[in-house]
Amino acid sequence: MSGYLAVFVVVLIFVVIFQIAKASEYVSILKGEKKSREQSNRINGFLMIVFLVLGLIGVWWCHDLLEGRMLGESASVQGDGIDQLIRVTFIITMIVFVATQALLFWFAFKYQEKEGKTAFYFPHNNKLEVIWTVIPAIVLTVLVAFGIRHWLRITSEAPKDAMIVEVTGKQFNWIVRYPGKDGQLGRKNFKNINNEDNPVGQDWTDNLNTDDVISPDLHIVVGKNVKLIIGSRDVVHDVGLSHFRLKMDAVPGIPTTLWFTPKFTTAEMRKRTGNPDFVYELSCDQMCGSGHYSMKANIIVETQEEYDKWIAAQPTQYAQAHPAPAGTPAPAADSTKTAAAPADTTGKKVAMAETAAKH
Amino acid sequence: MSNEATLHNQDLAHHGHVEHGHGNGHDGHDHHHETFISKYVFSMDHKMIAKQFLITGIIWAIIGAFFSVLFRLQLGYPDATFPWLESILGHWAEGGRITAEAYYALVTMHGTILVFFVLTAGLSGTFSNLLIPLQVGARDMASPFMNMLSYWFFFLASVVMMSSLFVQTGPASGGWTSYPPLSALGDASIGSKIGMDLWLVSMAIFVVSSLLGSLNYISTILNMRTKGMSMTKMPLTIWAFFFTAVLGVLSFPVLLSGFVLLLFDRHGGTSFYLSELFVQGKVLPNEGGSAILYQHLFWFLGHPEVYIIILPAMGMVSEILAVSSRKPIFGYLAMVGSIFAITLLAFLVWAHHMFVTGLNPFLGAFFVLLTLLIAVPSAIKVFNWITTIWRGNIRFTPASLFSIGFVSTFISGGLTGIWLGNSAIDIHLHDTYFVIAHFHIVMGVSAFFGMFAGIYHWFPKMYGRFMNQTLGFIHFWITLVGAYLIFWPMHYEGMAGMPRRYFDYSNWASFNMFGGLNQFISFVVIIVFATQLLFVFNFFYSIFKGRKLTTPNPWDATTLEWTTPINPGHGNWPGEIPEVHRWAYDYSKDGKDFIPQTVPVSPDESQH
Repeated sequence: MSGYLAVFVVVLIFVVIFQIAKASEYVSILKGEKKSREQSNRINGFLMIVFLVLGLIGVWWCHDLLEGRMLGESASVQGDGIDQLIRVTFIITMIVFVATQALLFWFAFKYQEKEGKTAFYFPHNNKLEVIWTVIPAIVLTVLVAFGIRHWLRITSEAPKDAMIVEVTGKQFNWIVRYPGKDGQLGRKNFKNINNEDNPVGQDWTDNLNTDDVISPDLHIVVGKNVKLIIGSRDVVHDVGLSHFRLKMDAVPGIPTTLWFTPKFTTAEMRKRTGNPDFVYELSCDQMCGSGHYSMKANIIVETQEEYDKWIAAQPTQYAQAHPAPAGTPAPAADSTKTAAAPADTTGKKVAMAETAAKH
Repeated sequence: MSNEATLHNQDLAHHGHVEHGHGNGHDGHDHHHETFISKYVFSMDHKMIAKQFLITGIIWAIIGAFFSVLFRLQLGYPDATFPWLESILGHWAEGGRITAEAYYALVTMHGTILVFFVLTAGLSGTFSNLLIPLQVGARDMASPFMNMLSYWFFFLASVVMMSSLFVQTGPASGGWTSYPPLSALGDASIGSKIGMDLWLVSMAIFVVSSLLGSLNYISTILNMRTKGMSMTKMPLTIWAFFFTAVLGVLSFPVLLSGFVLLLFDRHGGTSFYLSELFVQGKVLPNEGGSAILYQHLFWFLGHPEVYIIILPAMGMVSEILAVSSRKPIFGYLAMVGSIFAITLLAFLVWAHHMFVTGLNPFLGAFFVLLTLLIAVPSAIKVFNWITTIWRGNIRFTPASLFSIGFVSTFISGGLTGIWLGNSAIDIHLHDTYFVIAHFHIVMGVSAFFGMFAGIYHWFPKMYGRFMNQTLGFIHFWITLVGAYLIFWPMHYEGMAGMPRRYFDYSNWASFNMFGGLNQFISFVVIIVFATQLLFVFNFFYSIFKGRKLTTPNPWDATTLEWTTPINPGHGNWPGEIPEVHRWAYDYSKDGKDFIPQTVPVSPDESQH
């Protein structure tokens, strides 16, 4: 009922506006074209200046209102450079924005048509044109130089000591693989993938694979360089790390990499933001299907001790894929019950996400 | 005296004149008798084809904009239910809330429709057709028949695209860019089933239409200019249409090749874009393809495409600002040069859409440089427009208001291009709402403003009547304010990292702080959409009931189209095609308000 009412009201408003518009057309014909043009020039010229003033106030107000909801200080060292570049670009573009908008609307107001006035015949002026070609060119050169410096630094080869973590996207969650004690990831082949016990297609004949750990969460160590090796099982995804200001596509068949240095642990961020529930999130930033909006992984930034403790408690994917035959003793990692418990949950979590994704 | 009589009286006073012009329009063409079919349907008159493009474009624009209202409802009011949604969308909106699948289909179709069917065909198709022969002084296009085919291929593409909305598995839903493997595998997304095939077929037909049109525009401009109309005497509109057509001819075929390969991957078992996939519990046999190859092919058109959209608007705005300021356009040659520079650079910047695909960083650095280089010709254009209105004598018509609005939004959206073009910043802002804000302001809103300006300005030429001015003023102010209210705050959402193409943000601790803002934006979207309907009503009402023209040159403009009769027939000029003696921008020269292009230069005239 209220729906019909809303439509009725809208139609009514339309009719009223139309009648006013129609009437004003009749009036302008009766008044003569010149007079009505004078009137509409006055009104629109005035609105130009109103728009300029209110618009600039609005821009300031919007900034004031939303600034607090931004991300705060970058959580990675690399992000600091990006933030700095953003700040410089913000200042430069804001100056140009205010200056040009002010000129545009001020001129529109000031030079509205008036009786007896004639326009100034001013077809070109080489000096002016050279000035406003050269100045933007210089400013842009500076921005390009700074930008490329940051860009090459961020995309450079990861330092040798960086820890390696593999992130694989699939519809619609992330699979994170850790190299284990040997620090090296085992070989994989997409033909080995199965949803039961081999989500990324590890090649079990490669010994490097025996200690690799798989988890739905990304655990990284504060202050330590981390190199992500990014891939996808199905469609193009994107590893979005908004707090770290970083991003990299996950492309099936073509591995990509991204390295960075986290600055704050999750616990530190909870204190900094005053939010006890703060959590770093890894989002998918490339349209990947109907569950795109739900493709999330938690990122836990922790100290080296916390990380070591966590990774030691994880069962290897190899152990899960090769359950010990009944009666014989299980491999070392699974021997204690306390360690086996999280193992099951991890495996289950991946499997659950699997079914959820299929919905 | 009744209101109707007021209007009628005006007509009577000039009736003879109107009749005269109209009658003469047919003189040169006594040999062919026009039937309803040949005049309105399979017309070869460029003016009628322009109207066909325009009205088809308007219908598409309403559909495309309505889709955005639907998905904005979801974004603004994620918890609310709207039972009427179920009445129109059926199981796609069960219980009055659109599903994720429907959301992605709506987003995809919104993009496809607005970018290609409205702002390419509807904008360039309309005004290139209408203005090229009229402003260069030709009786019609180089090939009127090809021109007719161009519209009917567009119509066919429209029919196919429209039909994809009604198939059971829904239309394409992988985003307007349709990246494979998502778009290649029906198992990966419901929208990649038959809907995607229809999308590809429709787009292929669309490319054909675009090529037929563009080749015609180029040959008409190069070969069919009237006596005296050297290239440097052409109005800037024609220069803009010329470079737009060049861009289209050189880049659309690349897009087509990308689509054909995608069709092969979908149905021919090839692996151009597919490699190492595991989808729906199955290992696929494809190996060795590159998903990135498609992105290169797509953006090789995709980037020039944004200039295909914006250049015609720039051309029309240049023209309208000069006419309404009663001043010559400032720096004519610089304006032509900057369009040329933009056209050239448009081909060399496509990979800036791919900074985070794992692109070679060294190569990325070049694309940063070339991308930011585009800001220079863009800056020249902006400063020249501002100088054009400086010390002018501006008449505020709806057309001139929209032109000023165009310059404003072009500045706002252009400046954020400097952010995104810098790859280091793009790493953070890529695929966030910042990008949405940027391209909607700079090529969505701006191009629409250019289109509105063109429609209000040349409506009298198309239909011999005016559109209602007061409605035009209301339309402009609400749209300008609304556009800024919608898109300005999105920059901040993007800076906070909020990703685009999300159906729902409520599960994200990082992005759920903008609920109130999203609701506000959606509310403004509804108001702005309603205002556009007001424009559509004004348009169609004015075709039949608008105030009639009383003089062939209502805006006191210098260009050739206003030397034709009020309702020109096929062939445009009843007698000889006028000869041109000067450039198109002699306004307020030597104390004369304006000097038409057809007036010979007198010996005592001042030089410029």
